[in-house]
Amino acid sequence: MSSEAEKKERWSAGVHSYASMGYYDADYEPKDTDVLACFRITPQEGVDPIEAAAAVAGESSTATWTVVWTDRLTAHEHYQAKAYRVEQVGDTDQYMAYIAYDIDLFEEGSIANLTSSIIGNVFGFKPLKALRLEDMRIPTHYVKTFPGPPHGIVMEREYLGKYGRPLLGATVKPKLGLSARNYGRVVYEALRGGLDFTKDDENINSQPFMRWRDRYLFSMEGVNKAVAATGEVKGHYLNVTAASMEQMYERAEFAKEIGSIIVMQDLTVGWTAMQSMSNWARRNGVLLHLHRAGHGTYTRQKTHGVSFRVIAKWARLIGVDHVHAGTVVGKLEGDPATTAGFYDTLRLDHVEENPAQGIFFTQDWASMPGVMPVASGGIHAGQMHDLLNYLGEDVILQFGGGTIGHPMGIGAGATANRVATEAMIKARNEGRDFVKEGPEILRHAAKNCEALAVAMDTWGDVTFDYASTDAPDVTPTPTNA
Amino acid sequence: MRITQGTFSYLPDLTDEEIKDQLQYCIDNEWSVAVEFTDDPHPRNVYWEMWGLPMFDVPDASGVMLEVAACREAYPVHYVRVSAFDAQLTRQTTALSFLVQRPPEEPGFQLDRQEGPDRTIRYTLRGYASGSPEGQRYGRGEG
Repeated sequence: MSSEAEKKERWSAGVHSYASMGYYDADYEPKDTDVLACFRITPQEGVDPIEAAAAVAGESSTATWTVVWTDRLTAHEHYQAKAYRVEQVGDTDQYMAYIAYDIDLFEEGSIANLTSSIIGNVFGFKPLKALRLEDMRIPTHYVKTFPGPPHGIVMEREYLGKYGRPLLGATVKPKLGLSARNYGRVVYEALRGGLDFTKDDENINSQPFMRWRDRYLFSMEGVNKAVAATGEVKGHYLNVTAASMEQMYERAEFAKEIGSIIVMQDLTVGWTAMQSMSNWARRNGVLLHLHRAGHGTYTRQKTHGVSFRVIAKWARLIGVDHVHAGTVVGKLEGDPATTAGFYDTLRLDHVEENPAQGIFFTQDWASMPGVMPVASGGIHAGQMHDLLNYLGEDVILQFGGGTIGHPMGIGAGATANRVATEAMIKARNEGRDFVKEGPEILRHAAKNCEALAVAMDTWGDVTFDYASTDAPDVTPTPTNA
Repeated sequence: MRITQGTFSYLPDLTDEEIKDQLQYCIDNEWSVAVEFTDDPHPRNVYWEMWGLPMFDVPDASGVMLEVAACREAYPVHYVRVSAFDAQLTRQTTALSFLVQRPPEEPGFQLDRQEGPDRTIRYTLRGYASGSPEGQRYGRGEG
């Protein structure tokens, strides 16, 4: 926008290219305070990728489809998002567009507001075939306007008094149909057998076969009996997801009154509801678990939607103590490198840019506590070496079928999982190559634990080896040391 | 009953050689190591008695093993645990904690139920042994 003639042209009525209106600026240097976004754009045939990137910047910030003179009543250049880098992805029809947004565009501490801009209108924009939000850099100035997890990894461990190993959980199965009394039985057996947590499933709320209040009461009987039998702190995630905030608060209050140390909510309730529950959890000293129900509808396909690494960032900002983040080895989508990127995003204080793990920006968390990632879906004790290798120690491993489906009973299933975990941690700490020797370590541990021997006989060969749909474009080149 | 607090309670009790390996892992990670004991293993009893100060900058696990042995000798029927502490920024918390001695008999916990209105129950956990004064809860041991 240099010459006077160009400046005049910018404001003539009608339709102009977004790029010419200032939404593309190759010379722009992002400020430390800018919110940055990386979009994967697939322009319609014949659409210039730079113009497509500028259009995304425009439609996710100040622009509309035609010139409006009322822009001139504002410091419009300040409020315009700027696409500053556009790169083709290999030889595909896709491009990575990097866009900078001034921090003034966003309300402090509101993911609802941030998402209404960044993923508001723009995903339906006709000149694009597909659009995916790959990653965001949240400047620490904006991070500091969010409260973060109500407790976080460190506080949760100190509250539970459990250190140095993954925490273990199980989702009560079958998901639907159990009466409250039978449901509490599963809770008791699994916790008594050695798990730290049991969990409501995402779709268990308050159905005709089991109303929420009855489930809560019987579950807490199971929890407390198991605590007495083991001398350990244990909990059951009571799902407070409901049709309205009033009902969610009512359920959460009751859970707290009867002594539950943890409640859970589903991603389907929306960002505002989740943020309200986060405030409630912080105020009441109750751990908050988030089940990412529904995320697969927009996170899984590589060319369209929102990557889960962005959802993970938003979840850490609004503040949850746990969130499901993939297993790598289980039954649900999860490329190892991509999943490692999610786990780092949730747990570390500083995450370096790392395209091989799908991390497009360096992210600083300014000491915001970490979120405990949860690995759930098709995992079993026989995979313990791989789970520890891929997911590390600060993780909750949830074995639903892998506990409740054990031929000797639920308690035995739980014990098998706990013994496998402790044996693998012990071997790792002793300096053994636990990934390579994993099966041998487990077989040795099973000599003192029939439950583990039976678990390995039952599930030892079960794997879910399918190609991932959501893998990074960049594969690291092996180096010869 | 067997109290299953600590990182390795579902495995057979660790031998001294195995304990030493774990301590060496902690020292190699530059964690300090502390020995603690109690005869009140209620899961909410956070502050076990300290056997001296946490050990910082110890060159190897042998020195810590001497302290473990001395604590066991002084308190032969108490619970004894070692905890490693990670002082790194953003951690600043316990990194590993496991039992290295438990009493020969563990009576466990009684679960008291106080029935409230609307089918609610208040649960309270009470150690069967904690009715006796401190130091006399699991017998006096051989010493």
